[in-house]
Order: sequence, then C-alpha cells, then structure tokens
Amino acid sequence: MRRRWTLGTTVILIFLLALAAVYLLPIYLMVLTGLKPFNQVDLKTMWNLPEGGLFIENFIAGYKQLAPNIKNSLSMVIPEALLSALLGSLNGYLLAKWKFKGSNLLFSLILFGMFIPYQSILIPLVKFMQAINLYGDLPGLVLVHIIYGIPITTLIFRNYYAGISTEILEAGRIDGASLMGLYRHIMFPLSAPSFAVVIIWQFTQAWNEFLFAVILTNQSHWPVTVALNNLAGSQLVQWNVLMAATFIAALPTMLVYIFLGRYFLRGLMAGALKG
Amino acid sequence: MTYRFKLNLPRLILAIALMVFGVLTIITLTHTELILARSNFTSIATILGGIIFYAGVVIIIMMFESETILSITLLIPSISAVAIFVYGFIGWSVRVSLSKWKGLNPDFTWVGLAQYAKLFQDPRFKIDVRNTVMFTLLFIAACLIIGLSLAILLDQKLKGEAIFRSIFLFPMSISFIASGVVWGWLMNPSTGNRITGINLIFQKLGLSSLISLWHSNPMPWGMAFTVIPAVWMLSGYTMALYLGGIRAVSDDLREAARMDGASEFEIYRHIIFPMLQPVTLSAVIILGHMSLKIFDLIVALGNKDIRLDVPGIYMWVTTFDGTNYAQGAAIGILMLISVAILVVPYLVQNMRTETQL
Repeated sequence: MRRRWTLGTTVILIFLLALAAVYLLPIYLMVLTGLKPFNQVDLKTMWNLPEGGLFIENFIAGYKQLAPNIKNSLSMVIPEALLSALLGSLNGYLLAKWKFKGSNLLFSLILFGMFIPYQSILIPLVKFMQAINLYGDLPGLVLVHIIYGIPITTLIFRNYYAGISTEILEAGRIDGASLMGLYRHIMFPLSAPSFAVVIIWQFTQAWNEFLFAVILTNQSHWPVTVALNNLAGSQLVQWNVLMAATFIAALPTMLVYIFLGRYFLRGLMAGALKG
Repeated sequence: MTYRFKLNLPRLILAIALMVFGVLTIITLTHTELILARSNFTSIATILGGIIFYAGVVIIIMMFESETILSITLLIPSISAVAIFVYGFIGWSVRVSLSKWKGLNPDFTWVGLAQYAKLFQDPRFKIDVRNTVMFTLLFIAACLIIGLSLAILLDQKLKGEAIFRSIFLFPMSISFIASGVVWGWLMNPSTGNRITGINLIFQKLGLSSLISLWHSNPMPWGMAFTVIPAVWMLSGYTMALYLGGIRAVSDDLREAARMDGASEFEIYRHIIFPMLQPVTLSAVIILGHMSLKIFDLIVALGNKDIRLDVPGIYMWVTTFDGTNYAQGAAIGILMLISVAILVVPYLVQNMRTETQL
C-alpha cells in the first residue's frame, strides 16, 4: 500500500533527495574534477562545470598511470573469485548437510577467521610465503585471498544450502544418488544465485583489498589499490589526474554494484551472520 | 566400525596413477634443481602436484562408501588451511611477540611479556589507543543514528525507495583507499588562495565560520574527522540492516497497534524499536570489528601522519619499515585481542542459537 501524497511525504521526499545529493557529492566531484584541465581546478572554479567542453585528457593520463596495475588486479581477482566460489560451495554443502557432534563449533572456529585483524598473522604469512617462493607475485596473493576467503564463502553457501528443503535431497537418495551425486546433480545446479553472490563478493573484496596487496607483492605486481595509494602519496600528481585515476580504479566495483547490486547486497548481509 | 568397500578396478588404477604422478611431480620439483621459468611457477606446479595426489586419495576414499569419511576427506584441505593460516599463524605471532626478534634474522630469545610492557609505555601506542577508541565510538554512534534515521525515512513507503536505498549503499562498493584519496582532497585544509574541497563550498555559501582544518586539526581532534569518510561508506550498510529489521515486523502487528489508537511515533517507540535490538547488536559487532582494525582508509587519508596513527599502521611501520618483528607481532596480537573480545561472545551466541534449532 503506497502512501497518499501529503505534505508529510513531500517533506520526507525533499529531505531524502537532499541526503542522496550529499551521498553522491564526493563521486560527482571526483568525476567533475577529473573532467577539467588543470588551470580550472584547485582554485575558485572547482565547483563549476568545466569550461569549453569535457576534457578527457586526465582520464587518459590516469589510465596510463594505472593500466599495468589494473591488469594485475584483474589477473589476480578473476581466478581468485572463481576458485573461492568452488571451494566455498563444496565446504558449504558438506557443513550444511553433514551434522556431527561439534560441527557447529568447527563452523564457528572457521568463521572466526573472517574477523581477525590480518596484522596478527602478517609476520608468519610473509615468512611462509617467502619460504614457499610465492612472495612478491600475484599467484601468492591469489592463494592468500582464497584461504582467508574460506570463512565468508563457506558461510554464504552453507546458509543457502541449509535453506534448500531436505525433501529434494531425500528424493535424490531414493533414486540412489551418493553424497557427491546429490551435490553434482541437485545442489550444484540450484546454487547459481549463491555463486553470483560469492563471486561478486570475492571480486569486490579482492579488488578493494590493500594490506595483503601492499605486503605480499613487489612493485611490478602491485594491484590497483596499492598503485593508487602510491600515486596519491606522491606530491607531483595534479588533483585532476588523481581524481580521474581514482575514478578509474573504483570503476569496476562501482559497475558491479550498479548492475549486480542485488547480489552484492546479499553478500553484504551474509557478512552480518544471521543479521 | 566396519565400512563396506566396493572395489572398482579402473577407478583404483586411475587413483593410483594420479597419486604417483602427483608425488613424482612434487619430488621432481622440490629435490632437483629444475626451475620452471620463474621460481614461483615451480611453487605453483608443486601445489598442483599436491592437488593431483589429493584427487587420487579422494577417488579411493569414495570406494569405501562411507559418507562420513568422504565428508572428512573433502573438508580436510579447507579446515587445515584455516587451521594453519589462522590459528597456526596466530600462535606463531604470539611466539614472535614473546621474543626479542629485531632485524632481519629471526631471534626467538624468550623475553616474556616485555614487548607488551614496552608498548604500554610507548607514547605512540597511547596515541594509537586513544585514536582507535575515539574513532570506534564516533563511527559506531554516527552509523547507528544515521542508519536508523535513513531506515525509518525509507520505511514510509515512498516512491523511489529502491533508488534511494541504492544511493545510500553505493559508497560501500568503493575501496577504503579510493575513498580515502577522494576525501583527502575534499577535506583539504589549505586556506587562502589554495582553498579547495568542502572548505571552498563553505566559503562560496558564505559559511566561512564552518571552514575547518578537518583531519589536520591538532591532536586528538583531527582523528574525529577521519570518521566522516568511514560513515559515508558504512551508514548505508547500517541502514540496510535496520531496514531489514523493520520490515521483519509484520504489517498485521502494526495494523493492530493502529487499531488500538497508537500513533506512528508510538508504534516505532513501543513495537519496532524493541524488536530492533538484535539488529543493533549485530551492527555494533560488524562496525566495531571494522573500526578496531581500521587501516587502509587512514593510510590513504593521513599518509602515515603520526597524529592519525592507528595500531594497524604502527604494526606495519614497526615490522616492515623498522624490522622490529617482535614489537610488530605484539601490536598485531593486541589488535586481535580487542577484536576477539567483541566478536567471540557473538560467535558463541550464534552457535548456541543454531544448536537449538
């Protein structure tokens, strides 16, 4: 039932519009600044629209700065998201359908791994990755993201599989399907929505992650967050190029949010356990 | 207990072949000088060898027709990965924090809690603790108040609700680094001819009295402003949590209250708010564990400015710039303890409610 159009709803609507403008302002300014030549930025005209048409030079410059890092991020994030989802699906299925004494405890112990500050495992992690020769490059970062992604991916899939009625599984049992048969023929085909949630979640997380990236990779393998932070820290970059570069660095996850926001939100909610 | 074993010869041969191939790969790569292209290719190939060997094991286990054994076998890789990378590494960090390892060569000489004692004497660590406490309190309070207000506004069944919801959640898709870079510019403290960012808006709107140094304010107040980008990013998330909670209150219940003559305000006050307590608890835990380990946002915003220092940054600088591993490990473990105090009771509670089901 929608409300009738009254003074009250009008006031609320205007208020919400104002708030929405505030929330979007940083992104608007980032794009606007990126679209201006340098002599129009920084000084008094910052809030004005660019004069003399849109100026895309900054975006080209920003892209040139970050292009190798975007490639690094992509080649790290794509295998990471896919492998994480497969592993999470298997774990989630087994932990949802196979109950034993202490299975909840085991699951809680796994979940704890999702909350720890990674500073508390960083020294052993670096030494370990150096020892197995996976330090400095992207495959090592992929491995680390997959392992520390096990808790959240397992959680999302487990909650999803726990919601699938056991009747379907019992029917499968009667037809003689085994544990893995049930997974392959019944659960796996049903889990497309969860795969979407997990792949998008892991993609966003890994794309936006900074600590592992800065510690575990060397300069030629820096993902985009590390390169952007480095760019921002160097005093030589002009604001407008920096804002254009920031926009480019944030674009993939913004696009994911715009087009697949539904799934992104579900991943977000799963992070709050049972909310 | 006995288990049935159904021999399937072709499968057994396949399994043995996989295991032999996996083991041979590992042995060849680790015990010879063979290095594939780059050294990390060798490591990846070794891991693949391990996976091939494991596939062979799984095929043999499947012949036992015991679902318990199969489940255990399939879960073992993930469980052992978490056991090693989470719990093993925490234990290892604890051990480092009890040593005097400084410099590049490991030195595990036992010094007890000396590193922790040193931290509690350390003025920089005091700044970190104060900054974290201030950040956490302001961040949680602002997110809860703004999130709840937005949820109530959006609960009014207005047109365009979905669009507003998406807009308020949108900042969450951006990384802390990108957000820190943008807000670092918006909250630029320059004045006079170089004035920019939000200060410039204030100046143009004739609100010069609002012009601020933002996060460049003197200690400790600068830290309070670093909360602004964090709230921008996560108040929408808090809103979504609350909106979920409000929507879970049935319309029938609200209708019944209306019939009894309750005003909209009273419905929120006496029916909805009490039912939102579990949501608030979840939100405090999720937001709290984020703010206790806040790191990348402050890195991008403050560029290692000591006034905005937090334990996460101090740990990084101490360990990797200062090579004081023992001290760095102690900071990491203290961060872990602060998060564990918040999260463990919640996980235990969560586990108990699940067991009852």
